[in-house]
Order: sequence, then C-alpha cells, then structure tokens
Amino acid sequence: MTSTAAPARRLDVAAIRRDFPILERKIHGKPLAYLDNTATTQKPASVLKALDDFYRLHNANPHRGVYLLGEEATAAYEQAREKVARFVNARSARDVVFTRGTTESVNLVASAWGRKNVGRGDVIVSTEMEHHSNLVPWQLLAEEKGANLRHIPVDGQGRLDLTNLDALLDGPVKIVSFTWVSNALGTLNPVVELTRRAHAAGALVFVDAAQAVPHMPVDFQATGADFLAFSGHKMLGPTGIGALVSKREHLEAMPPYQGGGEMIREVTLLRSTWADPPAKFEAGTTNFADAVGLAAAIDYLTPLGMDAVHAHGRELAYQAIRLLQAIPGVTVHGPPVTEDRGGVVSFTVDGIHAHDVAGVLDREGIAVRAGHHCAMPLHARLGVPATARASFTIYNDSSEIERLAAGILKVKAVFNR
Amino acid sequence: MSLDDFYRQNILDHYQNPRNWGTIDHPDVSAEDSNPLCGDRIRMDLKIKDGRVEDVKFSGTGCSISRAAASMLSDEIIGKTLDEVKSLNRDDVLELLGIELGPVRLKCALLALKTLKVGVYGIQGLKVEDES
Repeated sequence: MTSTAAPARRLDVAAIRRDFPILERKIHGKPLAYLDNTATTQKPASVLKALDDFYRLHNANPHRGVYLLGEEATAAYEQAREKVARFVNARSARDVVFTRGTTESVNLVASAWGRKNVGRGDVIVSTEMEHHSNLVPWQLLAEEKGANLRHIPVDGQGRLDLTNLDALLDGPVKIVSFTWVSNALGTLNPVVELTRRAHAAGALVFVDAAQAVPHMPVDFQATGADFLAFSGHKMLGPTGIGALVSKREHLEAMPPYQGGGEMIREVTLLRSTWADPPAKFEAGTTNFADAVGLAAAIDYLTPLGMDAVHAHGRELAYQAIRLLQAIPGVTVHGPPVTEDRGGVVSFTVDGIHAHDVAGVLDREGIAVRAGHHCAMPLHARLGVPATARASFTIYNDSSEIERLAAGILKVKAVFNR
Repeated sequence: MSLDDFYRQNILDHYQNPRNWGTIDHPDVSAEDSNPLCGDRIRMDLKIKDGRVEDVKFSGTGCSISRAAASMLSDEIIGKTLDEVKSLNRDDVLELLGIELGPVRLKCALLALKTLKVGVYGIQGLKVEDES
C-alpha cells in the first residue's frame, strides 16, 4: 500500500494484452490505446466465458429452485460472494452485500443506515474530492433529516488538507465518507488515519473504494472502516454488479434498503420480518450471473498480485506525468511524482478545451476521458471547468504513454498552439 | 473520416475567431444554458427589430465544436424572423458544421441551438435533441 514496500514482481503485459479481445480493435485505423480505465475497464476472455458458461449451463434463480440448476446457480452466486470477501479481506462472506455498484452501495447506506441514525442537526463529513456518487446521496439524506454537511478541503496539489480535521470532526458527526483513491487525480488518501480519527470522534466510516479495489491490495478489516464499496465493471468484471462490505453489527442493526422477495423471513399482509444479512439487503432477483462474472474477474486479478498491479499503474502514471509535464502548455493536476498514487493522470492543455484534446486523441486511437469526471466540486476547487484524464490498468504499457504524449503534440499542432 | 476532416479548417476558424462574440447591453432576448456533462456554458443575446434578428452576440466556455456551432449559428440567424429561428433544427446545425457526430459530441454541437431556442421560446429545459 505504500511506496516503501518491497518491489513487487512485474506484470507480463504482453501476455495480459492477449487475454483482452477488444484490444485487437483498430480505432480510426490505429491500434486502440484504452486509457479510460477509471471509467470502466475492458474484460478478459475468461470473464466473458464465465458469463457465457453460466447462461449456457447453469442459469436458474438462486435460492429458489431445489432442482439441480437452482442448486448450481445458488452455489455459484454464494461462491462469488466468498471470493469477494477473500479478495478484500471481509470478516465473512455474510458481510458482503451484492449491489449494482459503488453508487448503489452509497445509496444503500445513506438510506438504510442514514434514515435510522442521522437526525436534525447531526453532521455528515465528506471531502471536496468526492465523486458525485459520494456527495449526492448524503445531500439527499441531509435534506430529508435536517442534517449538516461538512467537507474536508483539498490542497493545491490535490491532497486532502487535514489541518482542520479536528474542527471538522467536532460535534454530532455521525459518519465520515471519503474516497480511498481519487477518480479524478489519483490521490491516495490516508484511509487508516482518517478512520482512526473519525472513530475517535464517534463517527462511522464509509470508504468509496471504487478506484482502490481494482488497482491495489485492499484489506477491509485492516482499514478499520465500517463500510467499503466498489464496482465490478471497474475491475475487469461485468457492469451492474458491485458490493458493499460492512462490519456485521451494522448490517444486523440497519433496516432494509428495498423491500421484495428474498429479503424476508416471514410476510403477512400487514407486516413482515427480515432475512438475515446479506439477504436482507438483496431484495428481488439479484444480478447473480454478473456476480459470477465478477468472481471470474477476481480469479484473473488475484494471481497477478495486487501489489504488482498497483506498482504497474503507478509507474505508468509517473511516466505519463514526466512526459506530459515536459510539453509546453500542459499542466498536470494532482500529487507530484514523489508520492505514491493511483494510475490516474488528469491534465489540461493551455487554450484547448479538454473535449478537443480527447477528440484529437480519439483520432489517434487513444481513448481518454474529458470533462469533470463526475467531480464538479473538485474541478471548481482546481479552477478548471474540465480536464482530460488518462487512467491505466494491467493491460496498458509504456508505448501507450508515449503515444499519449505524441498525441498531445498533435493536439497542439491541430489547434496551432 | 480523417482527423483533418473532423477538425475542419472552418470549425477551427470559427473556434479561434468566433463571429458575433460578446454580449449585448439591454438585449431583447437573452438565454444561458449549460451542458452538465462537460460544464460547457453558452449565453446568447439577441436584438430583435420588426420581428427579425437585428443583432446577436454569444459568450461562454466550450470546446471547438460547441463554440464553432454557436459562431456559425449566430451568423446564420442575423436577419431571420423569429419563426425562422424557431424552425431551425439539429440537421441545420450539423449542415453548418459539415461533419458527422456521435451522440456525445452532438450535445456539444447542439448547446447553442438549445440556448437560442430557450431564448426565443422563453422556455427552459427544451429538448432540442428530440426534434428532427
């Protein structure tokens, strides 16, 4: 988790690339350099095959049919839960709730936990660097309950400024919710320290790990956090599946999130009792097939070694920062290369809108994101309406970073800058 | 389509030398709209005389496509009646730009038209994309 760790073994990127069918595509006649992995990652053939096999051979609604297919589907779904639990070191698979993804996980906690535990005058603390998905659900809760929102500020280099944290945590603070890795800047936040201090102030902790779980070792129990959320599609898995990992006591105490089948123990026409977690939070037919796909993604990542995955993304980010900073007129936002970070590099080119940067790069076969990356408050803080963002994962290599730098020179040439 | 086609010289020209750039003091019609996906923002001010657009000025922040579309559109509507302005649709904008766009960049191209229609109809939240 830190740059002082022993050097991880290197990824065999050439071999990895052969496992991702989409990387064979040509984009406008050029090889695809897919550098938008923060938004979503591509899928290895093993994940596609796991989905295909499930639908061809094992499809049935889990926890319902007593016939063989039903038993197989149930086993596959619950094995996927076990895999998720081991991958992030949850205490037990029973502490893993499958959701649509990080966004639904935040909404689940803001709704189910928040409605019961947050009242008028209470405080919810978040940060200025959050993705909208970790801001808006808390805004809705605060508005409904008359609670107050506070935000840990971001400094000029895209790090959380903890100078006044004690003051921010003073008072009836009920929960502190923050991202582990900034989706816009790649900043790594001090999860353990923030969790310790939030707990000392009597608050619970929610960690948005959407950019952490796919790219680095994550040990939920070691963080000390109460809740942790991530999305499958950002970690080589299918869309529409993700997880909320929680301390058991919270799942036991929280009321349900949605009502429906599977989340009940007994139903009468006037009232019902609830199933034990995690079923209590999985109303209706679950996205079981994609859970199986997520398990296949975990099976793909695990043997690579998440230390090696993290080191690879960080090295590509360092290379990108060095090459981009050397181009006149290019500003790289976020922490400097002397710090550990995620594989995300956001930048602006003087006088050229981020859409145009991304538009010209697309013609070179290079896919980068342009915009505010669902972090409008952070961009307001940085003083830029939009940035271009390149983000890396296991199948990216240094030749793609060189193409990115050459592409930016082309951008400047097109716009006569 | 090659890069040179996509960033056609006329688009770059309108982007770097936008026509009718600025604001109008005491405009008869003024509207501002933004694209929440990218934060682009455009304001359009119109001077109306005898039911026709006598003058137009636009301002704001945006990419080359959104600014070029606004610049071309502003040139296009001078002298037109309000009914003629109301009848402009997305195909007219795409014809002015002379390129094909996917659904994401289309929003950039149509921001100026959307803003203009909000102004002449006096209606907020009009969905120009839905017109054909």
